[in-house]
Amino acid sequence: MNLTDEEKDILAGGQGEVMAKIMKTLVMYGDTFNAERFVEVTGAGGHLVTSFGISIMTAMFDVMDEIIDAGIKTKTPFTVDPRPIDNKNVPSSLIQMIVSKVMYGKQKNYEAQLKKLGLKDDNAFTCTCYMDEVGNTPKRGDILSWAESSAVVYANSVLGARCNRNSAFIDIFGGIVGKVPNFGLLLDEERRASWVIEIRTTHTPEAQVLGSAIGLKVMERVPYIRGLSGFIGTELTDDAKAYLKDMGAASASNGAVGLFHVHDLTPEAKDLKETLIRENAQVYVIDDAEMERVRNSYPVMWKDPDAAPKLCFIGCPHLSVNQLISWTERLEKALAAAGRKKICVKTVFTAAPDVLTAFAQTPFYERLRATGARLSYICPLMYMNNPKSKNLPVITNSNKLRTYTNSRYYTDNEICLLISRGGQRYD
Amino acid sequence: MIKTFTGRIVVCGQTSAKAVVSRQGFNTLASFQKSLLAKKTDAVCSDQNNPDLFNKPMAGKALCLPRSIGSTTGGLVFLTASAMGAAPACLLFSEPIDSLAAAGAILSDVWTHNSMPTIDSLGQDFLDYVRDGMEVSVALDGTVSVSD
Repeated sequence: MNLTDEEKDILAGGQGEVMAKIMKTLVMYGDTFNAERFVEVTGAGGHLVTSFGISIMTAMFDVMDEIIDAGIKTKTPFTVDPRPIDNKNVPSSLIQMIVSKVMYGKQKNYEAQLKKLGLKDDNAFTCTCYMDEVGNTPKRGDILSWAESSAVVYANSVLGARCNRNSAFIDIFGGIVGKVPNFGLLLDEERRASWVIEIRTTHTPEAQVLGSAIGLKVMERVPYIRGLSGFIGTELTDDAKAYLKDMGAASASNGAVGLFHVHDLTPEAKDLKETLIRENAQVYVIDDAEMERVRNSYPVMWKDPDAAPKLCFIGCPHLSVNQLISWTERLEKALAAAGRKKICVKTVFTAAPDVLTAFAQTPFYERLRATGARLSYICPLMYMNNPKSKNLPVITNSNKLRTYTNSRYYTDNEICLLISRGGQRYD
Repeated sequence: MIKTFTGRIVVCGQTSAKAVVSRQGFNTLASFQKSLLAKKTDAVCSDQNNPDLFNKPMAGKALCLPRSIGSTTGGLVFLTASAMGAAPACLLFSEPIDSLAAAGAILSDVWTHNSMPTIDSLGQDFLDYVRDGMEVSVALDGTVSVSD
């Protein structure tokens, strides 16, 4: 990389040994991807993926201590992924709670480290930091130093910001230096699509399965999606944004998608249209049969595949206010059709603390709670990482949660039936 | 028979180890999370979606793969595995390395004492040739030798 005099000075130790190691990491990272220079980070703030004080992650705590002891902070406040524990709102046995306490035994210390480094506030724990209620919302063209795969793909695709799929610590280091190496999804050419996805389904494809299909096929490459705006519209309404959030998260966790374009809908596709598609781009047709094939390829990891579900998570990534309202209405209808007042499977809806606060101001809050559903700020993935949780028959509508845990995926409609009709398995 | 392949050095180093091979994208978090959480340093792969590696130990092996995929905790996972002594001996990519694996290799090199030599762009021929259990050597100039 071509470094400025100031950058060379940092690398040589002019701002201390720790800053030199941070700069060395970023320069090696940039060199690996043939970045010619650094570019300034812009936008409201950073976003970190590591929110969990798992006791065994001593390497992470040691590096954090090294940075903090050197008096180093990020240039702007940052948000971070969701907290791993919420015993008040998420059903847990005594043994689960004890194991969680031991497993995330460093949570308090780690949160103290985050505050010293520049954490935005106590409510800054969510994977959907870009929600209006949270306020870490980049503008089009902003350069970000974010991690969290679902947030990065959303920021790039739906908001038109520019961010690579950075790893944990690269996110922090870019926030500290205030610069990131200029490569990959920061560059116009790298934002062009090498895959065209043709949607030819007979109805709106389930966002979580569609994202999974795309991710598994294109991996880290950029897809240009045709035929979707006919189903979800040509404007970025709350519903369309929620759909793209869930589709993107599935594409990023089942593959490594950092950016997608949706014809006639996402910002760059609206402006640049099919000039975004590279010559010789490959084509992947997704019809009803392909959706079914992908869905059927998911292994069932439950010890007893016929077990009745005991817990349901909805909200990975975290839900928007609009999604919480929509789920309230769906559940009420499903319960009315089933002739019940309360859901039959313990169900937790997860969202950012600030989103939960906003939702609580609406009449839908009490209506959702009246169904027996619970609300939490937790990271469901972290809950499922508890060894005492992993053998529970947990169902979810999240393809990301399915990918990383033993939970079992069901579509939104199937989940509605399952949790409103006695917990009987839907097949 | 020994066959050699030339790639690009991401993290320089010298090592020899038995190969474990993923023919598909390697999901770093899904692969390591169970063994790391259980403090098991053999790093048995827990990625249910990866039939090539599922239930196979990865620590001390030459991990041969096209690229990594999945969560952006990937780099931290490699850093943690390195600090715990549960990391692969080296990372060998047939394709250009992705940003998460690169971060993991670089973080391990700069911030721990257990560096993982990492070579990318070894080509599809490399991935077509290498099989589980083959002896793999990485030289300081980035040459990768595979013997069956």
